[in-house]
Amino acid sequence: MELIKLADIYKTYHLGEIDVPVLKGVSLTVGRGEMVALMGASGSGKTTLMNILGCLDRASAGRYWLDGQEISGLSSDELAHLRNQKIGFVFQTFNLLPRTSALENVMMPLSYTPQGLPDREVRERCAALLHRVGLDDRMGHEPSQLSGGQQQRVAIARALVNRPPLLFADEPTGNLDSHTSEEILQMFGQLNAEEGITIILVTHDAGIARHAQRVIHIRDGMIEDGAGAADAPQDAQTSRAAPGADQPRRTEVPP
Amino acid sequence: MSWLGAKFHSRTLRTAFHALRRNVMRSALTTLGIIIGVAAVIAMMEIGNGSSTAIQKSIASMGADNVIVMPGTAASGGVSFGGGSAMTLTPEDGEAIQRECPAARAVAPLVRARTQVVYGNKNWVPLFIYGTSPSYLDVRDWSDLAEGESFTDQDVRNASKVCLLGQTLARELFQGTPPIGQEVRVKNVAFKVVGVLGPKGANMMGMDQDDILIAPWTTIKRRVAGSSLANVNQSAGNAAASGTTPAVNTLSDIYPGQPSLYPVPSNVQAADTPLPVRFQNVDTIMVAAQSPEEIPVAIRQITQLLHERHRIKPGEPDDFNIRDMTEMTRAMSSTTGLMTNLLLCVALISLVVGGVGIMNIMLVSVTERTREIGLRMAVGARGRDILRQFLVEAVVLCVLGGALGIAFGRGGSLLVRVFLHWPTELSLGAIFAAVIVSVSVGVIFGYYPAWKASRLDPIEALRYE
Repeated sequence: MELIKLADIYKTYHLGEIDVPVLKGVSLTVGRGEMVALMGASGSGKTTLMNILGCLDRASAGRYWLDGQEISGLSSDELAHLRNQKIGFVFQTFNLLPRTSALENVMMPLSYTPQGLPDREVRERCAALLHRVGLDDRMGHEPSQLSGGQQQRVAIARALVNRPPLLFADEPTGNLDSHTSEEILQMFGQLNAEEGITIILVTHDAGIARHAQRVIHIRDGMIEDGAGAADAPQDAQTSRAAPGADQPRRTEVPP
Repeated sequence: MSWLGAKFHSRTLRTAFHALRRNVMRSALTTLGIIIGVAAVIAMMEIGNGSSTAIQKSIASMGADNVIVMPGTAASGGVSFGGGSAMTLTPEDGEAIQRECPAARAVAPLVRARTQVVYGNKNWVPLFIYGTSPSYLDVRDWSDLAEGESFTDQDVRNASKVCLLGQTLARELFQGTPPIGQEVRVKNVAFKVVGVLGPKGANMMGMDQDDILIAPWTTIKRRVAGSSLANVNQSAGNAAASGTTPAVNTLSDIYPGQPSLYPVPSNVQAADTPLPVRFQNVDTIMVAAQSPEEIPVAIRQITQLLHERHRIKPGEPDDFNIRDMTEMTRAMSSTTGLMTNLLLCVALISLVVGGVGIMNIMLVSVTERTREIGLRMAVGARGRDILRQFLVEAVVLCVLGGALGIAFGRGGSLLVRVFLHWPTELSLGAIFAAVIVSVSVGVIFGYYPAWKASRLDPIEALRYE
C-alpha cells in the first residue's frame, strides 16, 4: 500500500518578474515501510521536493496524496495538524531547543497535539523513546552538554514522539563524523525494519544513500530514473523480510 | 479571543515560563521596566493618597466640613435688615440637629457680641466674642488647648462666668503672665479664665481667629450681649433696649434685663408666622459634618429638620439660611484632583516606557528564536499556537513584573512611612489598576512580535541563520 503518491507536481518560485521553475512534473510513489533516499545535487530541487512531501510547502500544480488523503487543498492549519500527526522531521543541524533538557525537547511536539495526553503518560512515552535511542542516562542534559550524535538521537526521538508513519531526514549526518553517521544510519535502518516506519533520507552523498532500499535521483526538477515504479514497495517487503542495513544495496527496478 | 480562553491549558503557561527561564537575565531586565513602572505607581499612589488625606484633614480643620445655619432675614415696613436679622433659631434647634441629623458630627449654637474686655489696666476689643457650648471646639477642630481646659456643659446650663481666651487676646491682656484663674471683665461682668486656646492663625478672609473670647452662650446671652442685633437692627434694637439706660453703669448693666428677644414684627409677619413664644434665640448654629463629602447630606437633613421644627409649609420661604464653605471644599477637591491626575500621567508614561521595552525585547526574541519557531511549526504548531505562545510569554513577563512592582511599591511606601514619616495609605484601587494595566501592556505590546512570529514561513524560519 502506498503512503505517498505524487502526481505531476510542479513548483515554481516567483522571484520578482522572473519565474523560476524548480520542480517540473514530479510523479512518485513511496510504499509503506520503505526506506528511500532522495538524492540530487544542490539546486536540483530535492529540498523543495522534501518540503512539499513534508507538508511544509505547497506545490504550484499537481496532486499529492499522503496516507490516502489528498492534501493539495488543505489549509495551513490542517497541514500543521498533518505534520504533527503523520510526519517526523530530523534535520542536519538537529534543531533542538537550547537550554532545554533532552526530555523536554522530545516532549515538545506533544504540546501541539490536540488530544492532550496526561502529563505522566507524556513523560513515560518520551522516556521510553529516549531509551529506544540509547540516551537513558542523558534525559536531563541540555543540548550543549550532548555530543552531535547524541543530539541527533534526541532529534530522532522527538520526531517519533507522535508515532508518525513517515520520517524525513534532511542530511541527517551532514554535521556528524563518519563513525557517528554510521550509527545514526543504522538506527534509521532499525526503525525502518523493526517499527515499519517509512523513512525518506534526503542527501547528496551516495554513501549514505546506499543505506536505503531505493534511491530516487532528482536532476533539474525531474525524477531521473523510473523510481516511481509501482513495484518498488514489493522490494521493500522483501528487504524487510531480510532485515539488512548491513547489506546496503542500491535498489534498481527489477528487470 | 476564544482560543485564549477555552483551550488555554497549563502547558502553554509552562512553555512560556520555560522559555523565559532559558534567558533569565534578559527576562529580568525586560520586566524591570514594568517593575519600576508599577512600583512607582503603587508607591506614589500610596504616598499621594496619604498626603491628600493629610491635606484634606488639615483643610477640614480650617472649617471645610462646617455648615453654618443662620436665621433668615427680618423686614420691617419694606426695610430688610439683611441675613441673620430674624430671630428664629433656638438652642433647641441645635440640640435637635445633633440628635436627629446623622450627617452632623458636632453642633454648637453661637451668640455673638462685640465689646471691650478688660484685665487690670489693659483693655482690648477682640474680633470675636462667642457665646457657645463646649462642642464648638469640636466643630472648629480646636480641641487642643494651649493651657487649662474648656468649660463644660454644666457651665452652659448654669450660665457660669467662665471663658476661654484666644492666643492674641491672652497676649494683649496678660502680656506673658499666666492667665489661668484670673478674671477678665466683659461689660462689667467678671469672667474667670479657665483656658487658653491653641493658635489657629488667620482665617481665609485674613481675620485673626486667635483674637477671640469664648464663653458659655447662656452667659453671653443673658449677662453680656442682650440682643446682638443692637448694632444691626437699629430700630428694633432701640425699641428693645429702651428699658435700660446704657450711659449709666447700674446694676442692670451688670445683670442686664431681658431685652425684647424679637424685633417687633410687622403685622403681616405676625399673622404669617404664629410662632410660640421663645425665650432665647441664638445668632447662628454651627454644624460640623461627618466629613466634607457629607456636607450636602447634612444640609439636606438640617433643612428638613428645621422645616419641621419651624413649621414651614412647602412653598413658604425659609426662615433660615444654610451656608457651607464652598470655596474651601472646592480648593480641597481641586488640590486632590490635581494630585491624582499628575500621578496618573507619571504612571502612564512609565508604564508605556516599560511596555515599549517589552515589545523591543520580544521582537529581539522572535528574531533570535526564528529557528525554534520554524521547528515548532514543522512539528505541528499552527500560526495561532505560535502567536499564543509569544503573547503568553509577554503577558507572563508583565504580570510577574506587575506583581514584583506591587511588592516593591508597597515596600517603598512602607520605607517612606517608617523613615521619612510621610503619611501613606494603602490604595487597593492602584493595585487593581496596576494588575490590569500590566496585563494589557503585555497584550498590547506583546501582540505585534507574537503576530510577526506567527506569520513566519516554516521553511524560511528553519533555514534562518
